[in-house]
Amino acid sequence: MAVIAAHGHGVESHGASHMSPEKRLRVNRVGLWLFFFSESIIFGLLFTSRFFLLGTHQEHVDQFLGLVITIVLLASSVTAYTAETAMEKGNRKLAQWALLGTILLGVVFAVGVGFEWSVAEFGLKLSEEHHQEPQNVVFGTVFFTMTGLHAAHVVSGVGMLVLAFIMLSRGHFSKESHWGISSTIMYWHFVDVVWVFYYPALYLVAG
Amino acid sequence: MYAATTIGGGLGTGLLSFYLGIGVAALLRTMFGYDAWDRDFNATIGYIFGLVGWLMGVGMWGTWGREWFGLKIKDPHANSRKELGWQRYFMFNVDHKVIGIQYLATFLVVFMTAGLMAMIIRLELMGSGQDFISNKTYNTVLGMHGIMMVAVAVAAVVGGLGNYAVPLMIGADDMAFPRMNALSYWLVPPVAVTLLLSPFLGGLETGWTAYPPLSVLTDSAQTFWNVAIITFGLSSILGGLNFVVTVMFMRAPGMTWGRLPMFVWSMFVTAWLALLYTQGFAVALIMVTLDRIAGMGFFDAERGGDPLLYQHVFWFYSHPAVYIMILPGFGIALEVIGHFSRKPLFAYRYAVGAFLGILGLSGVVWAHHMFTAGIPNYLHGPFLVATELISIPTGLIFLSALGTIWMGKLWLRTPMLFALAVIFNFACGGVTGIFLADVPTDIHLQDTYFVVAHFHYTIVGGEIFGLFAGIYYWFPKMTGKMYNEKLAKLHFWWMFIGFNLTFFIMHWPGIEGMNRRIADYPESLQTANLIVSLSAFLLGSSFIVFIYNFINSWVRGPAAEANPWGARTLEWQTSSPPPVENFLTPPVIAGHPYDYGVPGAAPHVTFFPPAVGSPAGGGGGGQ
Repeated sequence: MAVIAAHGHGVESHGASHMSPEKRLRVNRVGLWLFFFSESIIFGLLFTSRFFLLGTHQEHVDQFLGLVITIVLLASSVTAYTAETAMEKGNRKLAQWALLGTILLGVVFAVGVGFEWSVAEFGLKLSEEHHQEPQNVVFGTVFFTMTGLHAAHVVSGVGMLVLAFIMLSRGHFSKESHWGISSTIMYWHFVDVVWVFYYPALYLVAG
Repeated sequence: MYAATTIGGGLGTGLLSFYLGIGVAALLRTMFGYDAWDRDFNATIGYIFGLVGWLMGVGMWGTWGREWFGLKIKDPHANSRKELGWQRYFMFNVDHKVIGIQYLATFLVVFMTAGLMAMIIRLELMGSGQDFISNKTYNTVLGMHGIMMVAVAVAAVVGGLGNYAVPLMIGADDMAFPRMNALSYWLVPPVAVTLLLSPFLGGLETGWTAYPPLSVLTDSAQTFWNVAIITFGLSSILGGLNFVVTVMFMRAPGMTWGRLPMFVWSMFVTAWLALLYTQGFAVALIMVTLDRIAGMGFFDAERGGDPLLYQHVFWFYSHPAVYIMILPGFGIALEVIGHFSRKPLFAYRYAVGAFLGILGLSGVVWAHHMFTAGIPNYLHGPFLVATELISIPTGLIFLSALGTIWMGKLWLRTPMLFALAVIFNFACGGVTGIFLADVPTDIHLQDTYFVVAHFHYTIVGGEIFGLFAGIYYWFPKMTGKMYNEKLAKLHFWWMFIGFNLTFFIMHWPGIEGMNRRIADYPESLQTANLIVSLSAFLLGSSFIVFIYNFINSWVRGPAAEANPWGARTLEWQTSSPPPVENFLTPPVIAGHPYDYGVPGAAPHVTFFPPAVGSPAGGGGGGQ
């Protein structure tokens, strides 16, 4: 129906940029979901590679640190959700605070991953003094690659959240039109969901 | 002037960002206590910076990037204005018709360059022994020929003809994401430049497949090659996403799924394949790059890695990629055969089902490329069966083509000749494929010239012939000029004969066990190779006719009518070339696109309100 409506208003409705706002939103949303779908295949291939190379073998990792950063990231999804619902209700003040909270939690997570890397007991080189076994090295490879790719997404997500926060503070976005915020927050949720799969694959699989 | 600003701006910011990236990388390395300079590492970071700089400089900043910072943007459609003339093609332009021609022109240049490389390869192989070029140069030329032709096969039809024709054929005014469409195109020039410059950093020794461990150990050229191909993958994914959403949401009123032209169906399925699988190549190359620049051990057996992992991930993309290449070829063939047989397309629904069947099966057959690589024996059976199952949907497409030709009034213009050649060539390529899918014969034929002959028969014979069918078919629409039919037919027969001689005879040294990718061969294979080389030169020279005809007709050809083929589909119901907004009045779809000669069939298109001065809806239908 929307298609017919968009074309029914005569010559003026031409141009993809002149779609009705509702249709534009729907098209954007589907495009974004397809993008997530496509990204999940990248994450999925690395996830599969981890088991292809190592089975369920796992080196010693700091379980406490892993649990803490996981909780931090999951909490950031809650604040992100708060920001979006606040935006839908037109509560700009709450949306700003919730965005700020999400950004902070995201930064804490990224710093946590960096700290994790610095204290990791596995490396990438075979060395005599640390008694590195081949399995140890290849665990380092998959661990650094998977957490690294994920952290890169977290950092880019934080960057987008910062932009959204700045624009919101400057008076952009409204209750009716805030695709910039919604899309950023959807992206943030997606990055969280990836971690829901990566955390057990890297920290919990060993029996 | 506009063109110079665009290209100059892109190159300027791109180069500056490249050096900035190298500096940032050096700084980071020093901070973390490494040597400041590592060619592969610094160059990779520099490339990423340079790529972003190029995109922003070329026009993305003004029409898109500023938006992310809440700044006002320029109207992205401003660059489509007709009075800009040829300069439109050298700007960040969001008009799908301009982007289609940008893609097509770029990839025709790439195609001709890679074709010249094939001539060098055949020159070296004309006699046994080392004749003209060193082994290392041979490897580089071979690898470049391979990857550039793969790029042409993946993007020339999808990016070129698909971009041009699909929105027109579904009655849309543009793609769903016009700016992303332009982004997909402008990612291509840096890829081409990086690829062509990479041999200056040493040889490319791994062919287009880049198998480790060699690709991890070889020269720095490989790193540049990797990042370039990953970028190309990104362009392909974004393009695929755009097509999927466009076909889903941008169809004109009345354009139901059952009324989509075959070419649109093939592009829709191809777009899904690109969107679902291209990541495999990207991830495989990311792993190689990380092994090279970050000391990772994915493929280092000594450190617990496994080179076979690469082959799994790589072929997870690269097998579906052959369907990304061939399905558009099938789509054009069915489209053209439908219109030039002047009767309804036979088994339309089965052909659509076949496209979807190939989409479904393509993801579960990749390991047939690895029968001799050391995969467990229990995997042989399933992958053999799954691979051969694909001949069922492929057979349905043949059924549709042959059923349409049957008792049709064939109009043997050049597009039709090329479309019929697609069917003929792909039959040969399909039959030889069975030998390669069967494990016992494959173990003998793996890595020989039989494989080379097979995939050239499918990809060149299927898709590239389809590409030329499409170029001749839509040439009047794209340029507003008519090509020279005599020269076009000369090109067809010259190319068809040269092609079949070259690759049919190539099976012979293959069965004799001549290895692919090696610059030398035993003297006993001398005769066969001499004939193949001479035929290849015949094939190569046929494109001189094409280039002359293409350029001469575009510049000086007679003006084309809006609908020279009397076709019913939408793109022919508007002027040649179409106006910027495609249709002056919104089209409404009332009938099936292929109902030629069906008594009482509704015209495919009507216009609301009826267009003044545009050709009557329905084309040659219903007469």
